[in-house]
Amino acid sequence: MRTIDCAGKKIELDEDGYLTNLNDWSEDLAKMLSKEDNLELSEPHWEVINFLRSYYQQYQIAPMIKILVKEIKKTMGADKGNTKYLYQLFPDGPAKQACRYAGLPKPTGCV
Amino acid sequence: MTEEKTAAEQCDEACEANERIQEELKFSKIKVKPVKLTGEINIPDLNPNAMLGVKAQLLTAKEMLEHLGYPADGLIPNWKEVFLRKMDEMLKKYRSVKLFMDICVKCGACVDKCHYYLGTGDPLNMPVARAELMRKVYRRYFTLPGKLFGSRFVNGSDLTEELLVTWYTYFYQCSECRRCSVFCPYGIDTAEITMAAREILNSVGLVQKYLHEIIFKAQTAGNNLGMQQNAIINALEFVQDDLQEQLEMDNIRVPIDEEGAEVLFVTPSADFFASPHIESLYGYAKVFHQAGISWTMSTHASEGGNFGLFIHNYEHMKKINKRIWEAARDLKVKRVVGGECGHMWRVLCNYSNTMWGPFDYLDPKYKRPQHICELTNDLLNRGALKIDKSANEEFIVTMHDSCQVARAMEMGGMPNGQFEIPRAVIRGVCEKFVDMPEATIRERTFCCGAGQGLLGDDMMATRVKGAMPRMQAYHYAKQESGVNFVALICAICKAQLSKMFPAYGIAMEEVGGIHQLVGRAIVLGAKESV
Repeated sequence: MRTIDCAGKKIELDEDGYLTNLNDWSEDLAKMLSKEDNLELSEPHWEVINFLRSYYQQYQIAPMIKILVKEIKKTMGADKGNTKYLYQLFPDGPAKQACRYAGLPKPTGCV
Repeated sequence: MTEEKTAAEQCDEACEANERIQEELKFSKIKVKPVKLTGEINIPDLNPNAMLGVKAQLLTAKEMLEHLGYPADGLIPNWKEVFLRKMDEMLKKYRSVKLFMDICVKCGACVDKCHYYLGTGDPLNMPVARAELMRKVYRRYFTLPGKLFGSRFVNGSDLTEELLVTWYTYFYQCSECRRCSVFCPYGIDTAEITMAAREILNSVGLVQKYLHEIIFKAQTAGNNLGMQQNAIINALEFVQDDLQEQLEMDNIRVPIDEEGAEVLFVTPSADFFASPHIESLYGYAKVFHQAGISWTMSTHASEGGNFGLFIHNYEHMKKINKRIWEAARDLKVKRVVGGECGHMWRVLCNYSNTMWGPFDYLDPKYKRPQHICELTNDLLNRGALKIDKSANEEFIVTMHDSCQVARAMEMGGMPNGQFEIPRAVIRGVCEKFVDMPEATIRERTFCCGAGQGLLGDDMMATRVKGAMPRMQAYHYAKQESGVNFVALICAICKAQLSKMFPAYGIAMEEVGGIHQLVGRAIVLGAKESV
């Protein structure tokens, strides 16, 4: 467990760096978390993060990777609609790294 | 007045003990470098305490701990008493555990058989040494000489906080894969010792997070991912739409909760979430479609896996398994088929009947669950599937036997079916199949390095080191025969190896499921006419 200062607010993260309280999320926080990994969030990163957040609001879980790929294909074009591109954006894997920046809980199970 | 003070003092002492333990077991990220692949598996030099720093994270969520019936505030004050009571219960309830305490002659046959020992060189990862952690307590507290003369006389261990830390550390560096048991001349099943040890640790309040969080989710939401009903439906409908679009067929389906279907199909929830797992789901759907077997998945029994197996607590395992049989009865199916999941197969095939049987509501021809490989193999043998092997011509395939399937009872009612049937399916859909070296497959298969509750990110150090034997064997097959795809029938193996392959410098795309290959090769109706 650790806390991170974000816009004057102390925000609690769990051992793996995921938000303890999902309501603490902000764009600034996503930027801070990605900066720790030496990753600059660009437009495509935000597309993914925003989609993850809206999907989570409806289903209380991150979407399966194929749903994400299809969405990216729709918004960013066929050449980007593949898993490889998502791994380029989020080298630690879209399911874990992107979820962490998006303020979603860490997926459990055999994944 | 004095008594009150003593009680307060006792409480302080207990709190301090708990704080010390929490501090000792605090999770810290340890980065390890994978070894260079040479194709050889060598016995390492001894490296004492090499892995003492690798601790599985503790579960602290009170709601989950309370639901599971474990202490919710960490180490309990009277832990020694509860520890021994639980150990006594384990020794009486599981007579095998008692037997395994007594019969080991320390011959050392198991020493170099454990992937964690081979990968780390830590002597406490030798199966005999790990089991000895429990045997020492057994000799001290459960044998007459130990009770009379104390630990030094019997080379035993007194219960100390240090012992708790060692137990917690090393019983969460055993993946209960049972490879050592294959080589034990007495047939000692070290996995059972680990399961009992974990349950004893649970009873005093040292509960591992990854494994128990999943048991909680499987019991409350019905699956390991904690997916709610609407999310399951959304995921499966997506797969159905995608299949229909890809194949230009509007009659291929992924049915959900359909009463009266012939088959209830259960599979790990990872199959409708993660990659490469999901590819096999496409394969299953194509098999059922082509064979004309009506099938359904269930939102109630939305998980094939059963993490209850990983600790000696049958109540947890039973609760998780129950959903499958409730769904089978409610949906009025004739048989149950399980997807690609290692421990699912062991629980579903070996234990279901004694937990919730007899299943007299099923078709008497299918008295027990079938494995998807069994079903597909039967269809292939009967020529019921039209296959175009050239769809897989880019692959030279090998197979990693998942530990829980390889060392479960059997498959398809035939001896060694759990080895032969999956291989027959691969050969049925691929031109080129090559086995890895004999000592690393079939009943002697190596664990992927992350089984039985060790797949969390907290265990990355043991995952990387424990994967070494499998990675070396794969590398060998790659060098010798040009192998470029490993086919799996377990969701844990898929998650672990698709992470380990890149870590060891091999492409992630070389990992996948058997039904991923099946799915590619099946020629479906509409395509024929194209």
